[in-house]
Parts: sequence; structure tokens; C-alpha cells
Amino acid sequence: MTEERLSTAGEDLLTIAGLTKAYPGVVANDQVSFAIRPGEVHALLGENGAGKSTLVKMIYGLVKPDAGTMTFKGMPYAPTEPRAARATGVAMVFQHFSLFEALDVAENIALGMENPPKMRDLAARIREVSQNYGLPLDPDQLVGDLSAGERQRVEIIRCLLQNPKLLIMDEPTSVLTPQEVSILFQTLEKLRGEGCSILYISHKLEEIRALCDHATVLRLGKVVGTCNPRQETARAMAEMMVGEVLHVPLKAPRVPQEVALEIEALDVPARTAFGTSLKNINMAVQMGEILGIGGVAGNGQDELCSVISGEILAGASQVRLLGNAVGDKGPNARRALGMLAAPEERLGHAAAPDMSLTENALLSGAVREGLETRGMIDWGKTREFAKKIIQEFDVRTPSANTAARALSGGNLQKFVIGREILQNPSVLVVNQPTWGVDASAAAAIRQALLDLASAGAAIVVISQDLDELMEISDRFAALNEGRLSQPVDASGLTVDQIGLMMGGAHDLDPVPAPSEALA
Amino acid sequence: MIVLEKRPQPSKLWTAITPVFAVVATMIAGGIMFALLGKDPLEAIRTIFWDPLFNEQFAAFSRPQLLVKAAPLILIATGLAMGFRAGVWNIGAEGQYIIGALSGAAVGLAFYPTESILIFPLMVLAGALGGFLWAMIPGLLKVKFHTNEILVSLLLVYVAEFILASMALGALRNPEGNGFPGSRNFKDYPSAFNAELLPNTGLHWGVVAAIIAVIFAYVLFSKHMMGFHIRLAGQAPKAARFGGVEPARLILFCLGTSGALAGLAGLFEVSGPAGQVSIDFNVGYGFTAIIVAFLGRLNPFGILLAGLLMALTYIGGELASFMLGVPTAAIQAFQGMLLFFLLAVDVLTNYRIRFGKRKVA
Repeated sequence: MTEERLSTAGEDLLTIAGLTKAYPGVVANDQVSFAIRPGEVHALLGENGAGKSTLVKMIYGLVKPDAGTMTFKGMPYAPTEPRAARATGVAMVFQHFSLFEALDVAENIALGMENPPKMRDLAARIREVSQNYGLPLDPDQLVGDLSAGERQRVEIIRCLLQNPKLLIMDEPTSVLTPQEVSILFQTLEKLRGEGCSILYISHKLEEIRALCDHATVLRLGKVVGTCNPRQETARAMAEMMVGEVLHVPLKAPRVPQEVALEIEALDVPARTAFGTSLKNINMAVQMGEILGIGGVAGNGQDELCSVISGEILAGASQVRLLGNAVGDKGPNARRALGMLAAPEERLGHAAAPDMSLTENALLSGAVREGLETRGMIDWGKTREFAKKIIQEFDVRTPSANTAARALSGGNLQKFVIGREILQNPSVLVVNQPTWGVDASAAAAIRQALLDLASAGAAIVVISQDLDELMEISDRFAALNEGRLSQPVDASGLTVDQIGLMMGGAHDLDPVPAPSEALA
Repeated sequence: MIVLEKRPQPSKLWTAITPVFAVVATMIAGGIMFALLGKDPLEAIRTIFWDPLFNEQFAAFSRPQLLVKAAPLILIATGLAMGFRAGVWNIGAEGQYIIGALSGAAVGLAFYPTESILIFPLMVLAGALGGFLWAMIPGLLKVKFHTNEILVSLLLVYVAEFILASMALGALRNPEGNGFPGSRNFKDYPSAFNAELLPNTGLHWGVVAAIIAVIFAYVLFSKHMMGFHIRLAGQAPKAARFGGVEPARLILFCLGTSGALAGLAGLFEVSGPAGQVSIDFNVGYGFTAIIVAFLGRLNPFGILLAGLLMALTYIGGELASFMLGVPTAAIQAFQGMLLFFLLAVDVLTNYRIRFGKRKVA
């Protein structure tokens, strides 16, 4: 599995030797050593918390290592701040963009430069670079009007204008459609051809297999292996990351059943200036079925989840639960009937940050778990419910009295999902169920969803992770600019078809939905 | 360098002791202010905090005053705390206090000179209803038209003051008062008079109501879904909606309850300690109660203590201006400092102070 590589410091672009960084209570990086050659795409693999972010922050000068050395082009390299890193030739595209929506592309790029040229010259340079690298971008456009993929291009071009020798990319494809991913890959190939090295962080193993020449795998802050991704299976790499044999959730075959959740001709206007309006949403989910809804964030996912949870009200008969019109009923009335939801935003929406896990268990569990009688709260029973969630979903927390915001994202996610699943819903909608959760916990959450479905619940999973949707969905639909595509059978869907659906091509060969076939 | 570091959870210890910090800081800063005014700071502080309770000459008069002044503050602040916890900002308790007093007084005066045991309870209901309805104006406007309740409730205070003046000079004026402004005195009308329940203690029905309100609020916050929803809405509005809280219902509940309690405070005051509807009947309890609510950490029992402390500064302040010639404005600045320091030290419940160099990321 480990590919031996003979290298001398002379021919490597960046050599890292024994880099160590400890934070109170955790060693983020422990004696990390590896080397990046000129013109290579080097993947950095690892679960959440494996130390990838800390490592690249040290390379980019955001974090100072406790011990260890770096060598860049044979010279000692110890950047004290990102500016020093950029001057040496290291550039970085962050997962979260730092752009001003009210400014145009050229102004945003000028803001990040040490000595910005005249705006007219800069705009010309932006056009030139964007054409050279196949990243179409208009310097005069307002960033607020750009899609996530286009915003990423702004960040990439901002880096390319510095002529970097090493480009660090942190999870660049998480916000892109498959088509945008292939454009990005062409750009990266071109950069590689020009001798620029790329340090590529991702947990999407198929991408890494397609793009990268070399991979370094981190686990709990240590380098646990290196490999040539082209010669490994995705599964083998995943097991290297996790350090154990990966458990793949199993999906049982199912027979058509009664429709549990129906949404009909639903239009919802956008609630805020940055919201998305839903347009003519139609869907039917059967008992025991999982409907996967894919799409790039910001295309109406939150709104769709709120429509099902009851946070956004509609006409009574536009949302039906087992034949009952519930469209005009609020969240608690729907909960009483068995319709539950787990929103995407964990802190502030699915859970109150400063409240304890016990109080957060009450938040959505009061009705179904009988935690209140005539308004009076039974705290003893609530605490028991919280403890049950913590135990059954392996939530790592000092106690049920801990504030939600003190939990790591993955643990809080397990709590939020577990809270709904344990209430034994007949319809459950989950938005981004495994976002920011590590691989083994994500597998556990998916398995729990599958178990719930096989027990007869209708489940809607809204996710950006296509692999996840393909793994658990019976049918798949895409949400694009507030429109939901016709759901199609998930088995046999290709990535290209999914990409087209996510891009808004709704006229794919309509595969009849089981509910229609039944009728 | 001094660095503020966010605590993983709000500190329970600091939540409890910051009010003490704020009081001490106010004493120091206030002492400096009094010194600059040419007064002996230690004597001024002692006159404000000590003499009203323990000075042989004044205590007999001042001690009952403590309950008389604290009761309306506590009653109003307890209601305000519900709204403040939910993020509903009723700044106009003073107006609800006035309207509550006028409504209750009007009902009582309408029965003059009939004597019945039912008159006072009726006045109490009318007072609460008056305050409730006055608070419903900003409430309904906010729910229906998304107006800002801070502005509306505040502006309605001035409207209420004009109504008060009009009533004192017009409809409610004592017909046997020789043309002087002001209503009949309730002291002369036993059925409507809010008398002391125990002589020379200051204990009247308003004090009883304040204690009941504190207990009621405590149970609401700690044991009832409504209290849970109030806290939820204040801390995480989106989570509240997810939890099934209807914002409109919550806004009306909070404004209505605080309005009714402020109205009650007004009624107990006008029918007891004040004795009559007069032009300058209101003395700012509705505004001071905002300070009391925060000084008490929006916690019912905290408010109970804060109300007593604030009443003490009122009485002590009067004593200081009377005995030492400290200007009234300085006393008000002193009370303002209390809120200022309280908000300033509040940062310590969520942050800890670290001395030393900031570490890189």
C-alpha cells in the first residue's frame, strides 16, 4: 500500500520535516513529514480532526509550529504570516470564501493585493488570466450575483495573479456541481502542466483518484501512510484514513407501499433578500422509502426542509401526511402526527447554542416524548430522553448538562439526528445529515436512517454529498433555484445525469416514480 | 496585553457575582463623582446605603419606605424580564403604569362614596387591564405591521403623561377640591384605599402582589413550556420557530404580561402611597425598573434583591440630597452608573480575561 519514494531535498518544492503542533488537550500534528515535488498534485487525506487544516495553516503562515522545519526550494521556510507565505510563492484557496458581496470581482481581488495596479489594468489582467486557465469571469460583476462556483473562481484567480509555486486548496469541490468540478480539474491540470504544485485537501476519494499524483494520509495528527491514489481503490484509502475496516450501510430491497408524505403544487416566496423561493414543488414519498434530494447549497434546501417541518406554512392540502392535510399546521402539530425534521444549521436552528443538551432534547421532543403535561415540564423525563440520545447515538459529551455549543460539530449532529430518530417518526426530513461528521459516525447516521426507513418511515434526505445520496436513496431528485426535478430511480443513475439534474435540466427522460407506477 | 477569551459555557459563578462587582464599582466611581462635587465621598455613600436602614434618626421613616418603593420596581421589572428574555423590548412600562393607575383609580372613584368589599378587587382588575391594553398597542402594531416596539412603547409614555395631566385637571378632578388639580384622596375612601396591612412596615397589597409575581415568574421560567419558549426565542429565534414557538403569540404574551404588571404597580401606588391622581403622579418607576430587571440578571429572585437595592438608592439618594446637598442629577447619574457597570462587567460571564501575549491562531 505504501509507495516508497526516493527524493532529495534538492528536487522537492516543499519539504516538511517533523512538524508538530499541540493545542491544549490535543496534539493536532505530531511529527508530520512529507515532501511535495514541483508540478505534482499532492492530496492530503484524513478524517475530520486528523490535523489537515492545522497542517496547511502552518504552511500558509497562519499557525506557528511548536517544532519541526520546512524547506521551500532548498531554502529554510518559516512564514510568520500569510503575507510572507505569499511572497515566497505559496497561495491558498480557503473552503470558506472571504469576499465582499457588495463589491465587484476586480475590487475584491484588489483588496487582497499588496500593491494593487490601476483598476483598468487589473481588470485586463483578470480577463487574461481567467481566459488562459479556462475560468470565465467578468471583472465588473458584483460578487453578490455570482454562484458559489464563480466565487471560487474569484478566489483562485486572486491566487493565480501572484504566480504561485504552490497552491493549497481546501475542500474546493464541496460547493460545486459535477460540471463545475470538471472545469476546475481542467484548470488544475493546466497549472500542473506549467510546473505549479498543488496541495489538495478533500474527503472525496474518487476525485483524488482522478486528479492526484500522490497522497499523504493523516490520522489523529500523524502521517499513517502515503500512496499513489491512481493505484488504490477508494475503499482502501478510506480504510487507511479511518484505520479500520469500513462499515458500508446495507440497503434492503423494498416493495411499493402507501404514500406517507405528499407535497402538491407548492410555491413559497423568498422570506429574505438572500433566501430562495420555492417554485411548484411536487413530491410523494412512500412509507419505507428514502428520497434523496441533491443540489448545491442555497438552491432552496432550507426552505424545503422548513416547509416539511412546519416552520413555513402553506395551504392546508398542499402538504399531506398519510392523507391528512397538514400544510397549515405548525411544527408541534405536525410532530404530534409523526412528521419530524432535522434542519441543517445545527447551532441556532436545530439546537439553541447556550442551552444544555437536556433543554435541547425538550426543544423538539416535548410533544412526542410526553415531556410536558399542560405546559409543565417534566425535567426528569427530559433528562432521561437526552441521556438516551447521548447513549444510543454515541454523542461524546461530559454530560447532558453541557451547553450545545460546547460540543464538536459532529457530536452535536449525532445528537440532533438521534433526537428525531428516537422519536420514531413516520415522516422525517433531514438536511445535510452528515455534514462535518467523520466517516465512521457518518456511516452510523446513514445506517440509522436506513433502519428507520425499513421500519416503515418515509424519509427525505437533503444533501450536497452525492455519494451519500446514492448510497441510501431509493429515488433521487435535484433542487435547482427553488425547482425540484422529477424524482427518478436512484439505482443506475450516472454522475453525468445527476450533474445535469443539479444544473437545472429538468427534461431528463422521466423515469416514472414508484408512486405513479402504483397509481 | 489583555486578551478576552470566550468561555465554552457561560460561567454560573460569574453570573452570580457580577452584580456585586457592579455595585462596588458604582460606589467607587460614584464616590469620585461626589468628591468632585465637593462632598465627602465616604459620607455620601454611607448616607445612601447605610443611613436609611440603620440611622436612628431616619430609619423609622425610611425602613417602611423601602418596601413601598421596591414593590412597584419589582412588580414592573418582573414583567419586563419576561419580554427582555424573549427579545421583546418593552421600554414603555412607565406609560402602562400611568394608564393602569388611571383605569384603577377611575373605577374606584366612579363608586364614590359607596362602600363595598368588592371595590378594591375591581380596581385591581381595572388597573391590570388598563396596563395590559396600553401594552397591546405596541404589541399588535408589532405583530401586524412589524413596527418597532421600543419606539412605540416609549412614545406612548408621553401620550400617557398627557392623558394623566388631562385626567388630573379634568375628568378625575376632585369636585370638592376647590379647583385644585388632582383627584379625591383615597385615604378618605376606605373601600378603595390600599392601606398598610401591618402598621409602620410599608407592607401593602402591592408588596404582596410583587412577591406573588416573583414566584409566578420563577415557576414560569424554570418549570413551564412558556418560560422555556421565552428563553428559546431570546437566545435562538430560528431554533424557537423550529421548536414550534409562534412569535406573534410570544410577543403579545410578553408585552401583555409586563403591561398588566406595570398597570398593577400603578394602581397600588395611586390608591395607596400616592393617595390620589395628580399631574406629577409618576416618578419614573417604569424606567428605573429596566435597570432593576438587568441588575437582577432577568432572574425573578435577582430582581427581588435588585428592587430592594434600587429602592435603597432612591431613599438614600433623597436623604443625601436633603442632608448633604448632593444635587438630584448626581443621584440619578449614580443610579445610571449602576446599569452601566453591570453591563460592562457582564462580559465576564461569557469571557475570561487572560494576561499575556496573544498566541498565534
